[in-house]
Amino acid sequence: MSFLDYEFMVRALRAALFTGIAAPAVGTYLVQRRLALMGDGIGHIAVTGVGLGLLTGQSPVWTAVAVAIVGGLLIEFVRERGRTSGDVALALIFYGGIAGGVLVTGLAGGSAQTLHNYLFGSIATVDSTDVWTVIALAAAVIFLAGGLAPQLFAVCQDEEFARVTGVRVRAYNVLTSVMAAVTVTVAMRTVGLLLVSALMVVPVATAQQLTRGFKVTLVTAMALGGVAAVAGVVTSFYINVAPGATIVVLALAGFVAAWPVGSLVRYRRRVRAPFQAGDDALPHTVVPELHGHTHGDDCGHPAVPHGDHVDYVHGGHRHATHGDHYDEH
Amino acid sequence: MTPATDGQAPGQAGGRVGTVIQITDGNLTLGSRPVLRGINLTVRRGEVVAILGSNGSGKSTLIRGALGLIPWGAGDVRLFDTPLKDFRDWQRVGYVPQLMTATSGVPATVAEVVGAGRLSRRRLLLPMRHADRQAVRRALESVDLLDRRSDALSQLSGGQQHRVLIARALAVEPDLFVLDEPNAGIDHASQLGLVTTLRPLVAAGATVVIVLHDLGPFEELIDRAVVLRDGRMVYDGAPPQDGSLHEFHTHHHPRRVVDTVPMRSGWDL
Repeated sequence: MSFLDYEFMVRALRAALFTGIAAPAVGTYLVQRRLALMGDGIGHIAVTGVGLGLLTGQSPVWTAVAVAIVGGLLIEFVRERGRTSGDVALALIFYGGIAGGVLVTGLAGGSAQTLHNYLFGSIATVDSTDVWTVIALAAAVIFLAGGLAPQLFAVCQDEEFARVTGVRVRAYNVLTSVMAAVTVTVAMRTVGLLLVSALMVVPVATAQQLTRGFKVTLVTAMALGGVAAVAGVVTSFYINVAPGATIVVLALAGFVAAWPVGSLVRYRRRVRAPFQAGDDALPHTVVPELHGHTHGDDCGHPAVPHGDHVDYVHGGHRHATHGDHYDEH
Repeated sequence: MTPATDGQAPGQAGGRVGTVIQITDGNLTLGSRPVLRGINLTVRRGEVVAILGSNGSGKSTLIRGALGLIPWGAGDVRLFDTPLKDFRDWQRVGYVPQLMTATSGVPATVAEVVGAGRLSRRRLLLPMRHADRQAVRRALESVDLLDRRSDALSQLSGGQQHRVLIARALAVEPDLFVLDEPNAGIDHASQLGLVTTLRPLVAAGATVVIVLHDLGPFEELIDRAVVLRDGRMVYDGAPPQDGSLHEFHTHHHPRRVVDTVPMRSGWDL
């Protein structure tokens, strides 16, 4: 019997796929702004939202969305204002959020298990209304993150320049925070609030091992996130482990696999990067004789452009043919 | 204190030339510290103005304020005859910030960064049009980086990264170029390359405002110099003759005709 014959598995896979794509879409912008841990912070704050939902009898998803958005905007406010004490302020917000959540859940008479479902995900208990909520919210995030990519990219890359092109920087910063908050709550049911940040950040880290451009990184990260999320749910079906943790471990495995490739690519790039064309009068050592070896395209020594000629990197030296001798550049 | 070079009313001069930047009695405070005081500056269309001054004199703050990046405490500031807060015509402004050393968290290609210059002309949710792509291409060509357009910004040297920022402003196709210290941390050859890039734009009537430590190779382009000292304008007139601030006097020099600047071609020096 295939896992697709189980109704709850189909629901879980749908939710996982959309979450897996949406999380890195927002994560790319957070990483770009060096706010990789913002998702984590919002996740902590959302715990309070879950607690409030349990206390008031509302759906914890919606109270979590509301509180997460407030938290996201608070973090954005701290980022915009305080440059120096920013991380301390963020820490206060994080711990306040998780402590408040545990406290409020306790007041609501919720057990540790109830909270556990939100902290580490409980994708198998997702009912069909939840699935459609997750899909709708995730689809909205994906649409905005993709459609407004030029503006969001510009704002994250160089805020001041973006402002001089007439982009309403603050609106886009707020939008990024709201998208992050919504994504966190969406992913709460799949990977859980404590692991959501991993799904936002790890696929981006993996993608940029191999990519050079922003758009490519964005798309690759979304694809990697989707694959990890679906594969994680399927794996957890067969070996009976928590899906959230499986998804994150698979995403990390992707990074571990990509990292050596990425370092190799970067190493080769560095070796082949042209030397700065310098002043010809710069001192260099003239080696009076040719050394029995003719450098060429296929001699195996890295050939690196250097101004108007090519240097061959040769045991720590840079050889350049000059008439009947070599120059050491 | 300020030589009255902008004695004539803005927009006068035969009624045809508008003003590009106009600051009247501008005061600017950063963190309760007054940084700019009593600024009266008018930049007319087609002028090439150097903002000179030592470190901390407020010259970068002046142009960042003029672009609305920092709020003014007092004074009337207009861009293209429009009060700053109502100004929406951003495709007329191309800004080249100081070279930033920290690259962002996610890689971005040269073409992507330059493409940001088209944002003031693009519509929400629509892809780049042909004109946008052509403008990016031309901008990259004029800083001689077209062959690097698919490379990550971080793969480029400092001087090349600065050229990317210049290309980004060129891609805007603006009427006003604002350059913040294009000679800070940039080698002489690259500065000459920038002069070569700006020369035809100036000839075509672009307005340029450049923040500089000293005129250096930019001297041939400059019509007018504004000198700041401790947040006040202490000079506004013809550029100091020797291009050096240290021997700067507060009286006018007749403008030297500069026709002997070595004409070196482009960026590949």
